[in-house]
Amino acid sequence: MDLVEPQSSGRDAVLLPRPFLKWFAEKGWQPRAHQLELLARSTSGENMLLIAPTGAGKTLAGFLPSLTDLTRRGKIPPGSAFTGIHTLYISPLKALAVDIERNLMKPVSEMGLAVTIENRTGDTPQAKRRRQKLTPPDILLTTPEQVALLLANKEAERFFRDLKYVVLDELHSLVTSKRGHLLSLGLARLRKHAPHMQTIGLSATVADPSDLQRWLVPQGSKEGEEPAPEAGLVHVQGGAAPEITILDTDKRIPWSGHVSTYAIPEVYEEIKRHKTTLIFVNTRFQAELLFQELWTINDDNLPIALHHGSLDVGQRRKVEAAMADNRLRAVVATSTLDLGLDWGDVDLVVHVGAPKGASRLAQRIGRSNHRMDEPSKAILVPANRFEVMECQAALDANYLGAQDTPPVGEGALDVLAQHILGMACAEPFDPLGLYDEITSASPYADLSWDMFERAVDFVATGGYALRSYERYAKIRKTQEGRWRVSNPQVAQQYRLNLGTIVEAAELNVRLVKRNTKGTVGRGGMSLGKVEEYFLEQLVQGDTFLFAGKVLRFEGIRENECLVSNAFSMDPKIPAYAGGKFPLTTYLADQVRAMLADPHRWQALPDQVRDWLEIQRERSMLPRKDELLIETFPRGQRFFMVAYCFEGRLAHQTLGMLLTRRMERAGARPLGFVATDYSLAVWALNDIGGMIDDGRLSLSDLFDEDMLGDDLEAWLDESYMLKRTFRNCAVISGLIERRHPGKEKTGRQVTVSTDLIYDVLRSHEPDHILLEATRRDAASGLLDIGRLGDMLARIKGHITHRDLDHVSPLAVPIMLEIGRESVPGEAQDAVLAEAADELIAEAMG
Amino acid sequence: MTHRLGLAARTIVPGQAAGTEEILVHGVAAVCDPLGGLYLPESGTLVVSDLHLEKGAAFARRGMMLPPYDTIATLNILAAVISRYDPKVVVSLGDNFHDRKGSQYLPADLRAMIGSMARGRDWIWINGNHDPDGTTDLPGVCTDEFVHAGLVFRHEPSLISSQDRARGEIAGHLHPSATVRRRAKYVRRPCFATDGTRLLMPAFGVLAGGLDLNHKAMHGIFDRTALVAHLLGRDRIYSVRYDSLLG
Repeated sequence: MDLVEPQSSGRDAVLLPRPFLKWFAEKGWQPRAHQLELLARSTSGENMLLIAPTGAGKTLAGFLPSLTDLTRRGKIPPGSAFTGIHTLYISPLKALAVDIERNLMKPVSEMGLAVTIENRTGDTPQAKRRRQKLTPPDILLTTPEQVALLLANKEAERFFRDLKYVVLDELHSLVTSKRGHLLSLGLARLRKHAPHMQTIGLSATVADPSDLQRWLVPQGSKEGEEPAPEAGLVHVQGGAAPEITILDTDKRIPWSGHVSTYAIPEVYEEIKRHKTTLIFVNTRFQAELLFQELWTINDDNLPIALHHGSLDVGQRRKVEAAMADNRLRAVVATSTLDLGLDWGDVDLVVHVGAPKGASRLAQRIGRSNHRMDEPSKAILVPANRFEVMECQAALDANYLGAQDTPPVGEGALDVLAQHILGMACAEPFDPLGLYDEITSASPYADLSWDMFERAVDFVATGGYALRSYERYAKIRKTQEGRWRVSNPQVAQQYRLNLGTIVEAAELNVRLVKRNTKGTVGRGGMSLGKVEEYFLEQLVQGDTFLFAGKVLRFEGIRENECLVSNAFSMDPKIPAYAGGKFPLTTYLADQVRAMLADPHRWQALPDQVRDWLEIQRERSMLPRKDELLIETFPRGQRFFMVAYCFEGRLAHQTLGMLLTRRMERAGARPLGFVATDYSLAVWALNDIGGMIDDGRLSLSDLFDEDMLGDDLEAWLDESYMLKRTFRNCAVISGLIERRHPGKEKTGRQVTVSTDLIYDVLRSHEPDHILLEATRRDAASGLLDIGRLGDMLARIKGHITHRDLDHVSPLAVPIMLEIGRESVPGEAQDAVLAEAADELIAEAMG
Repeated sequence: MTHRLGLAARTIVPGQAAGTEEILVHGVAAVCDPLGGLYLPESGTLVVSDLHLEKGAAFARRGMMLPPYDTIATLNILAAVISRYDPKVVVSLGDNFHDRKGSQYLPADLRAMIGSMARGRDWIWINGNHDPDGTTDLPGVCTDEFVHAGLVFRHEPSLISSQDRARGEIAGHLHPSATVRRRAKYVRRPCFATDGTRLLMPAFGVLAGGLDLNHKAMHGIFDRTALVAHLLGRDRIYSVRYDSLLG
């Protein structure tokens, strides 16, 4: 007897229409339990969250409620009244929307369902978009930005009134960003158009599912109103445990740095041993360097490709297509490949550099072996000794199923401003009604009426105390008390500037030929984009790595960076750039715990264990909740190293604040450097001596009150705050990315946001946009939140060791000091020499 | 630029000239002031360039609500330099307003502020490309070009190929700034740029921004072998030869 039979004829038959049952049977499959549970509960009206590992059939599960409903509804007879879309699928990636269309069409056509499926992204041609508005498909696959665009349209109500399901893919990655904030506001508006629509969230690993469960439902916004019950949860536990190892090497593991060049030959051997290898790195620079190094030893001419967000779209698409066809043996990639794209038969994931977060590691490893019941295989390649510990911690975490996705966070004010303008473009809005709608979105549940009014005022006239722009207002209040756009150009401006992803000013990189006279020609291939700040440090003739080539910088012409082939193997400008992501709190905790517990060192390579042993002899290893401070003289300087393990951003902020305080205390600090693990400050005066004789008190130095006045004073001049301000200014619509008629690049901004920031700060420091900037900075670039938590944690737990010379644990950060400014080739030798001296001193 | 905003807020002692740099342009003595003005002591002339007043409002007219404080901030700095030198003549070298409507819609209090600054001195508005029609309802004379004190003042610099025009020319328009590199650190500041024959003024307006001396728009303006950038520092002028900007 067929064991599948009773199950499918029982519960399934009720849930699944005949074509589905037939299709499953023909395939020899049976619907999985979680697919059926999700279907049953959605059908009965619940909003749902599905958490499942990659390969668990998440996509089909997410669409089953909608497909079965559409099948029961049947085809809409021609000549019927207008029917809006039935299901909206929203994914963070354009490519994912396209990918899903392909994957979904297959079962739909095999079952012969009369369901229309189309995607709509920034790349969709105008004609198709117009047609979609006239004759919407049943299922529309799209991105958060497109949803915002559709909602800002006058016909939004008609288009969305028949909406039954909203499927949100990769929800864990969407909700934590400003895109998620914008999307949450979009959902609130969709509910207004289609009060009975239901949400289905699909997510990989998350720390706290209840955050997402709440996100998926309307919050009780009006006084006395009960919030909707949080979305139901179907949680599929991971399939086969992944096989993850840390690269076993006899080579010396570097003390510091971010590129694991030592391991290239071993990585290459692994590529040869496997069918298709995905090599993940954290930054574009790492990707470029690794790619180049791999090709230097690629004697077998294996097809190895490069994929990162700055490369030209055309080139990226080529790599993606080759990957899907299994024509590549390896791809070196950054986070552009992070999300759930379906890639050919990857049988190995190599992660170069520490993953910086356990969830990210799980997600990336999920790329290999896209079937749930087979174990995925991954190799971690730490770039330095601290990363060895970090990798081990991440590895332990993966087995434990520990997860560290950041929390959803409070809704950003710049996004709010953008949304308010969008809603005015759709139809004149009643402020009270819109406020209730907005506070029904979970990130904005606590938004005050006062702040909402300030945001509306900001959208209208900039929200300045000096009310001189009334006559130029973008939105105006009608006699009925509704806000409407002043003229059609405002709506056009909104459409051109919508979105929450602000890219650093980037220039297109164009490869040109250098002729004999040394002048450069026009034309040539576009290689991708590079950040303006990177180019600022180049002079003509400098060489650097980009798009897998060593390029010679020729100059900037209009909006383009001109480069020629360098015909050299050694780029002059070093591509060192630390990890883009700071170490997560969870992993930092784990690394601290590992340091404190010698039993756990057994899992570490000998050389790392030795290093820790010697540290224990020469200085000490801090307990898990203790902050170790070491001081020692070196050269003409006195150093202080604090082992905080709170990530580079928080350490940078701490460094700025500490040096101010040390300055006041007379320690005469000269500089500092921050890594993910520690912070080093150097000074002219003997810091250790000052601590010992009481002239400098560590508990005062690290007191939480540094987050008060010192922080304020520093923020005045902070370059990082200006960068944050720029993002807020663009997202909120203060600055246009693109102006109607001049739809070109990010460099259209004809006024420097730095200058605007200075003027605004000196004349209206409590302006809403500065408030938005400070809030962003607290959680983002400055990581003040995390710094505050640490200062509270270490209170009364600071241990000081005054040493005669540098300790083993301090070596990695001491090496970073030299690295910050070393352009040129000859200096590398000098650096290596200096590095060896330092190590001998510490370990000898 | 924060320091300029901050400096202007402080009381400036008249006659005090700390951190300035004295130079010769076409044989005429001139003082580069870190607030961005050029003072010619022999003729008692103060030169400022590219004020771009009402830039915020100009953007607001196009739907970008930049802070409406740029004009008052720029005028505060201007008032500070004027009280420092008490000049007989003030020359504003063009792009005085960011757009043609700027001076017409200038709020009354700011108009009055300019009025009181101009009292008791000659005020020359050179027309710029942003404001070619001159100013409306403001004291002073509007002109495309002004010959005075052995120098010629115009908004856009002439090309070096027209040697005679360039000699003794004080111009603005290009917003020169220079980048200094030392030990892999980069610092970029607005600057006075001169090769001894002629001089380009830094932009004075707080929202005006700068263009690097290396930009192709700067080509053919100077004899680069003699070019010196006088950068506006926090409290003083830093003079660096063009050749040694990058160390």
